[in-house]
Amino acid sequence: MRPLVLTLRTDPDERLDLSALVPHRLSDKTATEIGKLELQTGRQRITVGDIFRVRAGDPQRVRIEGGTDRFDQVGQDMAGGEIVVEGDVGNQAGRLMTNGRLIINGNAGRWAASGMQGGQVEIAGSAGDRVGGPLAGEMAGMRGGVVVVRGDVGERVGDRLRRGTIVVEGRAGAYAGCGMIAGTLIVRRAAGPLPGYLMRRGTVVLAGGCDELSPTFLDCGVHDLVAMRLMAAFVADYSAAAGAALRAPLRRLAGDMAVLGKGEVFCVGA
Amino acid sequence: MREMIVKGIHIDDTFAEAFNMRAAGVVITADSARWARQAAVTMIGFGTSVIGCGCEAGIDSELSPRETPDRRPGIRVLLFAVSTSELQKQLQNRVAQCVLTAPGSACYAGFQGDEVLKLGNALRFFGDGWQISKRLAGKHFWRVPVMDGEFVCEATTGLTKVAVGGGNLLIMGRNPKTTLAAAEAAVSAIKRVPDVIMPFPGGIVRSGSKVGSKYKASASTNEAYCPTLRGAVKSALGPEIGSVLEIVIDGLTSTAVAAAMRAGLAAMIKLGPKRGAVRIGAGNYGGKLGPHHFHLRDLLR
Repeated sequence: MRPLVLTLRTDPDERLDLSALVPHRLSDKTATEIGKLELQTGRQRITVGDIFRVRAGDPQRVRIEGGTDRFDQVGQDMAGGEIVVEGDVGNQAGRLMTNGRLIINGNAGRWAASGMQGGQVEIAGSAGDRVGGPLAGEMAGMRGGVVVVRGDVGERVGDRLRRGTIVVEGRAGAYAGCGMIAGTLIVRRAAGPLPGYLMRRGTVVLAGGCDELSPTFLDCGVHDLVAMRLMAAFVADYSAAAGAALRAPLRRLAGDMAVLGKGEVFCVGA
Repeated sequence: MREMIVKGIHIDDTFAEAFNMRAAGVVITADSARWARQAAVTMIGFGTSVIGCGCEAGIDSELSPRETPDRRPGIRVLLFAVSTSELQKQLQNRVAQCVLTAPGSACYAGFQGDEVLKLGNALRFFGDGWQISKRLAGKHFWRVPVMDGEFVCEATTGLTKVAVGGGNLLIMGRNPKTTLAAAEAAVSAIKRVPDVIMPFPGGIVRSGSKVGSKYKASASTNEAYCPTLRGAVKSALGPEIGSVLEIVIDGLTSTAVAAAMRAGLAAMIKLGPKRGAVRIGAGNYGGKLGPHHFHLRDLLR
């Protein structure tokens, strides 16, 4: 069956909340009913039909043709199925999703995959700050699933990561993996200063090194660990380049000793 | 007892009687096939019979690096026991003492199941607080720091309650040499059958037992199949039989056990009576104890 297609008619005048357009919320609706769903975040009423041309199809496969950085909460609370966005999205894409696959063939804003619990998010372009991170007041960030960013990410990727894996094929900004509770963050190219800042547990792999590492990380030497082979095999399904980076011996730095100190940062090279 | 004669070998018209067992498996990997095998052989040691060893254990298959989770050479070991609690105890002790201790080893679930036994979840405490939990692709692993690096161990492994233990073949030959040759041919063929083990030394047992004893023992020698007692007891052996060996087979399913017995029979028939067995039988208890009956007649079809 063909996917349900939403083709962008015109760029919106305000930020929109697209969290209604997830498969489980569309499964019992006709194309006409979908067209009447409200997306506004302000006082002016804006429906799906105002922004998109709707072509009926399988609601488990949603295709959004055309994007803008004003599309917030794309795939929020997603519990299954697939959403493909041909274009950019705004903030909080894939937030709190529990299952399914969200593919963004463009760039994403801040808090992509925030609080995600399962499923897969793939961002073909770059993502903003705090990928997987919690919103203000939340105790933990991402709690499961896999996020792959083919481009670069902003600051604090993996902020308070609790479980799951984030793979960044490009560069990461400052404080990558800060406050991590557990989980795995892999950055293939260079990371900004102070990766793993105040991390308690978890694994950060910096295949391209970093600008500056906190002195509260302790050098444990270069190792070729079986766990990295496991991780390489797992990651290679999502990113061959990142998988290859894990197969070399890596220097292990334990920290952050300013807090619990049971996390680890792996760096390539001597 | 009625007999069938296939290519000069007398096949008893009888059946092997087998029992339901609990089973679990692990995949052991290491930097080389040699060390994976060393860890596996150590783990299955003293695992021939549930009567005295707590479990029956054996190597099911050797795995290429492509087939293992960490892309290193591996061995799949299966363990069988009569209760879940005993199986858990044997699994935990054997992995802790024989695999965790082996250089470069790692240990993973041998198969997935709806019910599980603790593997790394029990052994992680060896890390004394330095163990690291990792969840990858829906699987949970523990990394335990050890003196040569880390011991990686999957948190749990699958448990099956429909395993079958006690499939068997009685191999009777004119002398020990030809009997052993037949048994070795059968073992070699059965090793190629997946999901089964032969827990006795080299897959062969020479001390077949009966239930009970004149002494305070649960099992004793099966004098009916001892050629040296042929004239003194009610023997099951004719004058041409000079030696008897047995192959015991445990499998994850009754289908696997039947496939293994079929493969063993075929190998011995192919070897022929001059170089191998002159008669093949199977052990049972009259069919009243075990729910699985493997009739040799059916296995020849």
